[in-house]
Parts: sequence; C-alpha cells; structure tokens
Amino acid sequence: MIYEVSNLAIIIFLFIVGLVLGLSFYFARKTKSSASYYAAGGNIHWAVNGIAFAGDYLSAASFLGICGMIAYSGYDGFLYSIGYLAGWVVALFLVAEPLKKLGKYTFTDALDSKFNSKYIKLTASISTLIVSIFYLIPQMVGAGDLVVPLLGLPHWMGVVIVGSIVIFIVATAGMTSTTYVQFIKGTLLVIFSTILTIYILTNGLSLTPNDNYHKFTQTQALITNDTIVSTTDPAFVVKNTRVVDKLIFVKLEKDGVDCWYKLNKKEDKATLEEMLYIVLTPNGEKLYNGAPKSENKFYQVGHLSKIVVDGKEVDKTGPVGPFEFIKTIEKSEIVRFSKKAFTDGEDKITVWYQNPTKGEDVMKPGLLYKLSKAAGASFWDKLNFLSLMLALFLGTSALPHILIRYYTVPSQRAARKSTIVAIAAIGFFYVLTLYMGLGSMISGALDVESSNMSAPLLAKTFGVGIFSIISAIAFATVLGTVSGLIVASSGAIAHDFIDKYLQVEMTDKAKVKAGKMAAVCVGIFAIILGILFKGMNVSFLVGLAFAVAASANLPAILFLLFWKKTTAKGIAWSIIVGIVSSIGIILFSPTMYDKYGLIPKDAPIPLDNPGIISIPLAVITLIIVSLLTQKENHTKDFSK
Amino acid sequence: MLHKPATNTGTDKAAAKKAKLGVKMFFVYTLVYSGFVLIGLTKPEIMGLELIGGQNIAIIYGFGLIVLAIIMGFVYNYFCTRMENKMNKN
Repeated sequence: MIYEVSNLAIIIFLFIVGLVLGLSFYFARKTKSSASYYAAGGNIHWAVNGIAFAGDYLSAASFLGICGMIAYSGYDGFLYSIGYLAGWVVALFLVAEPLKKLGKYTFTDALDSKFNSKYIKLTASISTLIVSIFYLIPQMVGAGDLVVPLLGLPHWMGVVIVGSIVIFIVATAGMTSTTYVQFIKGTLLVIFSTILTIYILTNGLSLTPNDNYHKFTQTQALITNDTIVSTTDPAFVVKNTRVVDKLIFVKLEKDGVDCWYKLNKKEDKATLEEMLYIVLTPNGEKLYNGAPKSENKFYQVGHLSKIVVDGKEVDKTGPVGPFEFIKTIEKSEIVRFSKKAFTDGEDKITVWYQNPTKGEDVMKPGLLYKLSKAAGASFWDKLNFLSLMLALFLGTSALPHILIRYYTVPSQRAARKSTIVAIAAIGFFYVLTLYMGLGSMISGALDVESSNMSAPLLAKTFGVGIFSIISAIAFATVLGTVSGLIVASSGAIAHDFIDKYLQVEMTDKAKVKAGKMAAVCVGIFAIILGILFKGMNVSFLVGLAFAVAASANLPAILFLLFWKKTTAKGIAWSIIVGIVSSIGIILFSPTMYDKYGLIPKDAPIPLDNPGIISIPLAVITLIIVSLLTQKENHTKDFSK
Repeated sequence: MLHKPATNTGTDKAAAKKAKLGVKMFFVYTLVYSGFVLIGLTKPEIMGLELIGGQNIAIIYGFGLIVLAIIMGFVYNYFCTRMENKMNKN
C-alpha cells in the first residue's frame, strides 16, 4: 500500500516526540541514585501510577494488534481484550500488595527476598530479560508499521527511530521519565480512542464505506467439460487455474497484464470475482494487482455487503448507539478478505479473496480459533484456545515491566489503588477496541498487508487530523512501553546479574551507569529483532510473551507467597523449566514453521500457544524440587 | 545479604485478612472466567444465542467480565481500606 504523507501528521508526530524527549531532559537532572533510576524514588502518586500502568499495558499489542485482529477475525480478536484485562484480577487480588512489600527495584528482588539465593538471582534475571525481549519484539514491529503511513518511511526506519529515542529516554532518566511518559500517553490513548469510537458510531453503517472505495468487478465464466475456456467479457483471456484448499483461483490476461480472479460456482452460474493479489517474481520484483507498488493499484478494503435493520435491508443506517452498532453488525453481512498463498510456475502468488461472512459469525468466537465441530475443530484447536486464555489470565501479573511499577509508589495501599485505577482505565479502553476493530472491518480502511495498521487507518477515513493524532499517540504508546521494558531489562542485567549475582562492587553512581549501558545494549538488540519479525501480528506476539511470563514467573511468585514449603531451588528450577518448555513449544509451533518458510502442518507440536503445557510443567517442577530440598529451606517470614 | 524494600511500608496488621479476602475474590472471578472459556470449548454455538436487547451471549459475557473486574476492584478496595483503618488504628 502507498500512503500519502501529510505535513500535519509530521508536525503532530514531532510535537509528541518532542514532548517525550523534553520530559526526559527534565527528569534526567533529578536521576542521581539507583532508587531514582529503577523505582522513581518510590514517590509516584497512586493515581499517576495507575494511569502509567495503563500506559505500560496498553502497548502496541492492545491498540494496534487487538484492533487489527478484531478487524480481520471479529470476536476472536476481542478474546485478547477479555483475557488481558482478566489478568489484572490476578495482579490485584494476589500479587500487588505482597509484591510491593517484598521487592526493591526488580522482580528478582521480590522473588529472592526470602532466600538470598544465587540460583534465584541468576534464573530470575534471565527470565526477566527473556520475557522483556519477547515483549519488545512486537512493540518494535508495531513502530515500524506505524511510520510507513505516518511519515512515508520504510518499516526498518521506524524500528530504528523508536529504538534510538527510547535508548535516549531510558539512558538519561530511567523510571521517573518512563512513568510520566506512560501517564501522558495512557491518558491521550484513552481520550482519543473514545473520540474515534464516537466518530464510528456517528458515521453509522453504510454499504459504501467512502467515495473512493474500489468497486470490485465480476465477470461470468464460460465452462466446458469442467474447464474454464473464456469469460463473457471478451477483454479477458483465460490463462491458468490453481486449486488451493478447494478454492479455485483463475489467472486471466487483460490488456497484456496478468490478473487473478476467484471462481464462485452457484447452481448453474460460474462467476469470476476480482481479488487483491501480489506476485513475487523469481527476480525479486513484487507486483501489486499486476503493477509496481508505486502505481497505487493495491486498494484498502473491508465493507458490508448487506445491512439489516429491524428485519429490512437498508443501504445505510445513520448514527447508531453503541449497542445498536453491535446488534446491526450481527444481523448484517460483512465482506472480509481472506488470504491464500500458492505458486504459479516460478512466481509466488498471495491473494486476498472476498469472503462474505455472516455478522452472527463475526460476533462470536470461531473465525480465528476453530471451536465447533461444524467448523472442523480438532483437539489441538481447542487446546490452543484454552492455552491462550490461560496464558492471558496468568501472564499479566508475571510481566517484569508491569511488576516493577509497584516499586514506584510509596505504600501497599497505593499499590492496590493504582492497580484499580489501571483496571478501570484498561477495561474501558478494551471495550473501545471492539468498536475500533469492527469499525475498521467495515470502513474500507484495511491494508491487507498489515493487520496492525487497522485502527490508525480507520482514523484516516475520518480525516488526516485525527489520523495524525492517533498515529502519533500510537507511536508514543510504543515509545512508552519500550521504555518500561528496557528499564526492566537493564535492571535484570545491571542490578540483578552484575550487582547481586556477580557481586561486582560498585558505587551507587556506577550502578546507575551500568543500568544505562545495559539499556543501550538491550535497545540495539530490540532494533535488530524488530526488523527481523516484520509482518507478524503484534498481539499474537505479545500473547507468546504472556505465555513465557506465565510459565516462567507466575508459579514462582504465587508459590512464594502462598506455600511455605517453597524453596530457592524449587523457584529456580521452576523458572528454568517454564522458560525452556514455553520457548521450546513456540519454536516448534506451526506459526514459527511458517516464519521459517516451512509448511506449518509439518510442525512437530501442533500448538501455537504453549501455556497449557508449560505452566503445569513449571508448577510440578516447583513442587517436586521444593519437597526434595526441604532441608535447605531457610526463609524469612514476611507475612506480617 | 537480604535487601530492604524501596520504601519503608511499615507493619500492616490487616495484611493477613486482606490476603484472605483477595484469594476469595480471585476464586469468584476465576469461576466466572472459567465459565466463559468452558462455553467456548464445549458449546461454542451457545455464544451466538441472543440474550438481552438483541445482544448475544458472547458480547454480554465478554463485556460482563470486563465490567465485573472493575466492580470487584472497587469492592475489594472498599473492604481493604476499611480493614486497614480499623486494624492499624493503634
């Protein structure tokens, strides 16, 4: 897709980035001690911390990823919203206050508070680093996706810009500036998502998303002896057919240009329907709908094919209320664009064909995660769904960059209150994701090459102004979350590993310097990964980070708090088993096989979400090792 | 060497009672959340049934889980604050 760059977009983008950098300069002068660098001195007000929690949590995965998933897969994308929020219940009821009492700067501090164990220091710092990096990848991918339409820059440049700015923020001011960046960004994100939702409802539903929306053509196929010989439009010449998963794709030639159509057979009628397609030739040339990308023949898509209000078909609805919007979509029919890939000689073809889907199917689970027998759900499909919902529920309270935010407030009461503020803000935002996702689905706003851009591109249909603001906020979203993750990672390296595990003697000033150097290294690593993982849905990637966190960290936290027989070795081995099993399953999953360029069906483990196996494995390991090492159990009672 | 927390939070006499309440409320929410997951796993077609005001079970249950988390958060805070004020008075 080619995007026109607007000066307004650039000005607003520069303003937001300038604001973030200005804050960093301001707070850099105040960051002298390690307490200030890692925990903002423990003096942040609970309300500010609560919104900063929301800022941390509502990352690229929430705004870009979930909206994109809903736009392409309906309710299945909303499952992420439900699961992500439910995870905060675990944080509030079980983790917030005890963790505030136990920890100092990092998640490792809390785990090790009862034991002073080298095993815990080492494994927990590695776990923090791995989970943070898993979480960093989607943020960087999202940043790259954003700059393409916002600034007209290539994906890799977006990743480099975010990486560089964040390294600067973290290496100058640490947790204090990160907190205020998150506070501002969290506030702006919720406010402007609300405005975008109001736009969607005011606009209502229409069969014609906008005046420039491409009208997809059709032609009748003439079939003899089960072979397509010609079409009713004499301009087309039939060249070739390909059958992929029972779908028939036909290569036609018009005015010397090859184009792909999909054959639809209904009773005696055979219709050829226009699609979006990309042809990758052996010499590396990419043709978008038969032409180079610069000719702009690749359209934004997504529309309603039928709108039903009170049992009658209408062309448009006018403004609708929030419940009426959902109800109307449920009764209507939406044209989604589904992807298939195949080869034609030496050419690699990717097509997106029109897939009319009943609204009632869009508004319940099943388009992405096959669950019913009618949809052909297998045992593994159901296990995948269960595994995802388990990891989302248990992952939040095991994310190191979220947990360290409990050390920035002065008391347990403040920790609890800030969690409740976060739940309210995040919950409200997640309700909005359903409207933004569905709005994108029907507004002709989708770029089929990047599901992550659905919400910002939806904003663009309402005007360049709102698009620029929303995109700049989304960019700030990435900046804030990446800052938090890099603070957590630098804490794991400099504080947990170098200071506590290796016991390198350092002055307080040297500790801050070590943290900043670690931040620079992690930032550079994140830039490289962000470029390598281009094209993946950011919410899916974050789902994997949740699974690793829930497997490696949560059993350790919960057993430390609620089971007196827990030992240091039990915690350390549980973390190791959690990390190895979850990452092992991910590396051999169908999605990763696809990423390696292999056939997904050949993956040895037919599971994309590892939690259902790796979390119980970590729990069992913790119990067995703890019971076997009871003689070494020297703990300090922190229960009072 | 055992380190100290970042800030001195003092002794909280209500800690044990709050923890018990937290565990109870966690199980209540987990039960409701599990119900949602179980329906999805065993009878996904039920999710599409219309319940109130033209909205199906998937929407009402999904929104309900989000709203319930917020309400339970406020209820938990109310009781915890009351316990803290009462037990930490002296």
